[in-house]
Amino acid sequence: MAKELLKGNIAFAEAAIRAGCEAYFGYPITPQTEALEHMSKRMPELGRVFLQAESEVAAINMVYGAASAGVRVMTSSSSPGVSLMMEGLSYIVGSEVPVVLVDIMRGGPGLGNIAPSQGDYNQIVKGGGHGDYRPIVLAPATVQELIDLTVEAFDLAEKYRYIVVVLADGSMGQIMEPAELPPMKPVRKPEERPAWALTGAKGRDPNVITSIYIDPAVEEEFNLKLKAKQERIEANEVRYKEIALEEAEIAIVAFGTAGRVAQSAVKAAREEGIRVGLLRPISLYPYPYHRVRELASKVKAMLVVEMNGGQMVEDVRLAVEGRVPVHFYGRMGGVVPLPEEVLDEIRKVHSGLAVPA
Amino acid sequence: MAEEKLVESLIYAKPESLYPVGTHYCPGCTHGVAHRLIAEVIDELGVREETIGVAPVGCAVFAYNYFNMDFAEAAHGRAPAMATGIKRVSPDKIVFTYQGDGDLASIGMAEIIHAAARGENITVIFINNANYGMTGGQMAPTTLPGQKTTSSPLGRDVEMHGFPIRVAELLSQLDGAVYVVRRSLHSVANIRKAKKAIRQAFEVQQQGLGFSMVELLSSCPINWGLPPVEALQWIEDHMLPAYPLGDYKVHPAIAKKPTR
Ligand SMILES: Cc1ncc(C[n+]2csc(CCOP(=O)(O)OP(=O)(O)O)c2C)c(N)n1
Ligand code: SF4
Repeated sequence: MAKELLKGNIAFAEAAIRAGCEAYFGYPITPQTEALEHMSKRMPELGRVFLQAESEVAAINMVYGAASAGVRVMTSSSSPGVSLMMEGLSYIVGSEVPVVLVDIMRGGPGLGNIAPSQGDYNQIVKGGGHGDYRPIVLAPATVQELIDLTVEAFDLAEKYRYIVVVLADGSMGQIMEPAELPPMKPVRKPEERPAWALTGAKGRDPNVITSIYIDPAVEEEFNLKLKAKQERIEANEVRYKEIALEEAEIAIVAFGTAGRVAQSAVKAAREEGIRVGLLRPISLYPYPYHRVRELASKVKAMLVVEMNGGQMVEDVRLAVEGRVPVHFYGRMGGVVPLPEEVLDEIRKVHSGLAVPA
Repeated sequence: MAEEKLVESLIYAKPESLYPVGTHYCPGCTHGVAHRLIAEVIDELGVREETIGVAPVGCAVFAYNYFNMDFAEAAHGRAPAMATGIKRVSPDKIVFTYQGDGDLASIGMAEIIHAAARGENITVIFINNANYGMTGGQMAPTTLPGQKTTSSPLGRDVEMHGFPIRVAELLSQLDGAVYVVRRSLHSVANIRKAKKAIRQAFEVQQQGLGFSMVELLSSCPINWGLPPVEALQWIEDHMLPAYPLGDYKVHPAIAKKPTR
């Protein structure tokens, strides 16, 4: 399939359709709404389910229901809407049904604004709703990656019977770029729904989808099962990209749009002769701690760039364990840093290196 | 010696749609009666293997331990949304929710109103026991004016807490709701009528007509602080005047058909 000029929101919605998504439930919110609109047109056309819910609370619980019935299902929203979905995420994990959520983050807290932000890193990466879990979180930096990760999200959700969040900022949803959509995958036939799904107990014992374990010992057993699942996820699903890290003295760590901006800054700095490279985590959970730790023993300093007040930087410091200084540069409120700003930060960090310790 | 022949005839058995187990409900609680009626109806309609139930958060949270069929356990108040998700991707299945008055009429008010407004082709069994049973008898939206609960110890003061919500009347205003009735579980005659209504509600769904709800006035002897029989009397004396029994919405397509 050839490349076409695609807007992020439309691209991930269409990618989900092609990945065999059978049902979409959502609620309008900028900067994500084009995805809902695309679904409202395309899903009925294909004989699939689209429903505009009365709220994000209802939307995620509809998703929960459809997932319990064994179909590929998704929703998408933006920060304030995702806050309302937290209860649902927790139930989804607690009853082990596969769900994909795309969160096109905007400025906050509160109603905030509709500009691109990475302010919800902690909310999503560090847990989601209540209870002891972390969602799988994938962070794209291009429309092509947004497409590919959305498709992958469905496979991962089913592989682990888990929630997968594609975490992107508003500019990822709004940007237009040439990208290639995957071929159309047919939706699952009703008779191919998984054995655990609620399909009517015909000729088998009833299936139950629940997240209640009233006996603490039994709940702990379930918690341990979830933990084991997360250990498998941590062992198998770490994803990141490296740019110009060979012989680097400084490593930038940045994800999503901030990673993309940092990449431009790295190029400019290399032209100035500064040996700087970029590690762009793609899976935010599981986080590439291991790779960051390896880098910490190779470089002299790290610089974390985020579109927030410093959230992922805590994970970097956790991995670095004080081996090298970890600097931070962030813009908030929906302001996207310019490559020149990041370049300035690189220069500052670089000049600091020149001074012998 | 002529042998006497012992003739046995089965006059009572648990419906297949219920597991042969005891329940955790308090003695005299009519949740068990409601379960039994639903199970009998599902048996009679022969749809046990095509039915998916959605349990609430409330005393009936473990309904799936009693109903012998596929079941989901929803978040508090969200059963209508979860049922919507299930029904939309499995339109050929019979989907019902079972919800208390805190679940349905307080935290889940938005979900039930919109499921009804959409004409979601599901059946809702709504247990109105005028309080929050599971959490120890706090005030519910259905608690009567002056009724003492653990969170309205001096009696529900309408100046402070407002007025009870009559759910059947409310939902009957919505075009998508096609069968909305209120029945009671306080006497044998009323239980019989309740069963007929439950059957009608499931048949409405089978016919694809839209949203159906049966509100059942139900007892909570433990939290009302009454022995079981007096609790039934309390329904008659106090709840019936506030929550009149009746058919609040009956779609013409059903009205024509006589209920068996
Ligand atoms: C989000 C959330 N809030 C509060 C609770 C606590 N809670 C559990 S059951 C319940 C009330 C249930 O009452 P009702 O729906 O009337 O059902 P009943 O127990 O009377 O059958 C509450 C408030 C909860 N589980 N989840
Ligand atoms: S608390 Fe009330 S509603 Fe709950 S089981 Fe006991 S009597 Fe029934």
